[in-house]
Amino acid sequence: MKNTSKLVSFNSPTFLAYVLIAPAVIYLLCIVGWPLFETFRLSFTNASIAGEDYVGFENYEKLLASSKFSKIAIRTFVWTFFSVLLKLILGMIGAVLLNASLRGRTIFRILVLPPWVVPIAIGALGWMWVYNGHFGILSGIGIRLGILDGPFSFLAYKQSAFIATMVTDVWVGTPFVTLFFLAGMQAVPKDLYEAAYCDGAGRFRRFYHITLPQITPVIISMSLISAVSTFVSFDIIFIMTEGGPRGATTTLIIDTYKMALGNYKFGRGSARAVMIVLMITTFAIFYFYLLSRINKKVSHG
Amino acid sequence: MDKYSLPLKIFMYFCIVIFFIFILLPFIEMFYASLRPLKHLFRSPYQFYSDDLSFWAYREMWNTVPLLGRYIFNSFFMAVTVTFFTLLFVVPAAYSYARFNFPFKQGSLWVLLAVNMFSGAVLLIPLFKLLRTFDLLNTYFAMIVPGIAFCIPTSIWLLKAYFEKIPVELEEAAYVDGASRIDILTKIIAPLSTPGIVVTAIYAFIQAYAQQFLFAITFNSIREYMPIVSGLTEFIGYQSVKWNEMMAASIVGVFPVLIVFVFLQKYIVEGLTAGAVKN
Repeated sequence: MKNTSKLVSFNSPTFLAYVLIAPAVIYLLCIVGWPLFETFRLSFTNASIAGEDYVGFENYEKLLASSKFSKIAIRTFVWTFFSVLLKLILGMIGAVLLNASLRGRTIFRILVLPPWVVPIAIGALGWMWVYNGHFGILSGIGIRLGILDGPFSFLAYKQSAFIATMVTDVWVGTPFVTLFFLAGMQAVPKDLYEAAYCDGAGRFRRFYHITLPQITPVIISMSLISAVSTFVSFDIIFIMTEGGPRGATTTLIIDTYKMALGNYKFGRGSARAVMIVLMITTFAIFYFYLLSRINKKVSHG
Repeated sequence: MDKYSLPLKIFMYFCIVIFFIFILLPFIEMFYASLRPLKHLFRSPYQFYSDDLSFWAYREMWNTVPLLGRYIFNSFFMAVTVTFFTLLFVVPAAYSYARFNFPFKQGSLWVLLAVNMFSGAVLLIPLFKLLRTFDLLNTYFAMIVPGIAFCIPTSIWLLKAYFEKIPVELEEAAYVDGASRIDILTKIIAPLSTPGIVVTAIYAFIQAYAQQFLFAITFNSIREYMPIVSGLTEFIGYQSVKWNEMMAASIVGVFPVLIVFVFLQKYIVEGLTAGAVKN
């Protein structure tokens, strides 16, 4: 009897539980929570280096009225959408390849990770080199093959810079997605495949009817995580193009940074930051809503 | 199960080669650029091979940017410090999340995940003001303090998954036998969860190393404290850009993470995915 009561107290909510999480929570409240609150407050002021005054919704009115801002927002969504899509597709292809029982797969699994391990800033430098017109390999190969008739600087033109920065972002995100898809595939019970094989299901059908449904949860969580991190991706664009040429790669986060820390317009920068937070939150809520709808459908039939 | 036919096998290896060309292309290009003499780099048309490649840039870069060694040390030092403090915050918190039930538990876990969404760049303005208020701008702390905060959430999720795998019966048995909470933590939990703590530490270290750029360019303007990622800009001179040395320095600059990675890659692949699959 005495033992059971001891066990109950062992698993019950305790003061101890809170004491253990308190340091982490307090730290995050100071370094993330307070700044988040302060961002909201500052967005209603005209804060700058000189000082601040309350201006109400002026910053937001200006933002929503400007066609430039909506252009930047649309650009960010397009950039994010295609980048995430490519990451998922490439991650899936990579995971299928690394999951196959081929010679050398242990080494392949290690080799896939460097883009994630190396600081993004340094990866971006490498890509700048690849894209360079005069000494980059892409332009070099293009000239050799006769596709280009002269040096082509990928980062110097609007469309190619947009695609080039996106490809670099895909490169940074793909290893992580590959790794998680791979882990998902390995958790699929082997007997499912064997049963399907005995029933005469081919490779492609087994992938479509077993692998895909089984790793759907991983696909869903990876697409959310990728979307959020891509939406606020900063280093790549800032290093490679600084938002140029002529604004072609200026995403919301780059615009926010330039406004706030380039021009020291903290108020107007904060309004932009709040818009980013609202967009991400809306996206996440919408995403979870859709998810629960899908789950319901699946469980009902 | 059916074996791969030869054409399929060849096709798969072909795809693997294409995949890895994409993954490794910038590294190959960087390494290649670091070997070419500066005047070669600007030679048109593009040369795939030349016979005067050398490791000269790896020697000369220390003269061009005298503080280079210091920058690499800074990066390493700050990443280690961030990792240490992250673990200090995360180990007790993750244990608590794995073992106890308490009000707001699930909610606060989701909030932690949300913290990741507001990655540094969104919160830079108030962080800038906060650091200025405490007179921390242009110190190591300007990059360490926010660095820790953005390593905590994912680390808690990672480590929590590890703690949950340790059977609670072990602790209950010890508890019934009269062991104190402290004894349980230090004598049972700590030894059993070492692999999990190692994985979390590696994650925090890599993350800390990677996120230095944004904090460094925003919160620090003192050369002596610069991490390697922002120190690299010093190869861009008034007269010319020493591209080959810049590339050489980038490669040498990522050595600390690469070494950590190569020695512990087995833990990374297993550990990062262990917690994720279950959910």
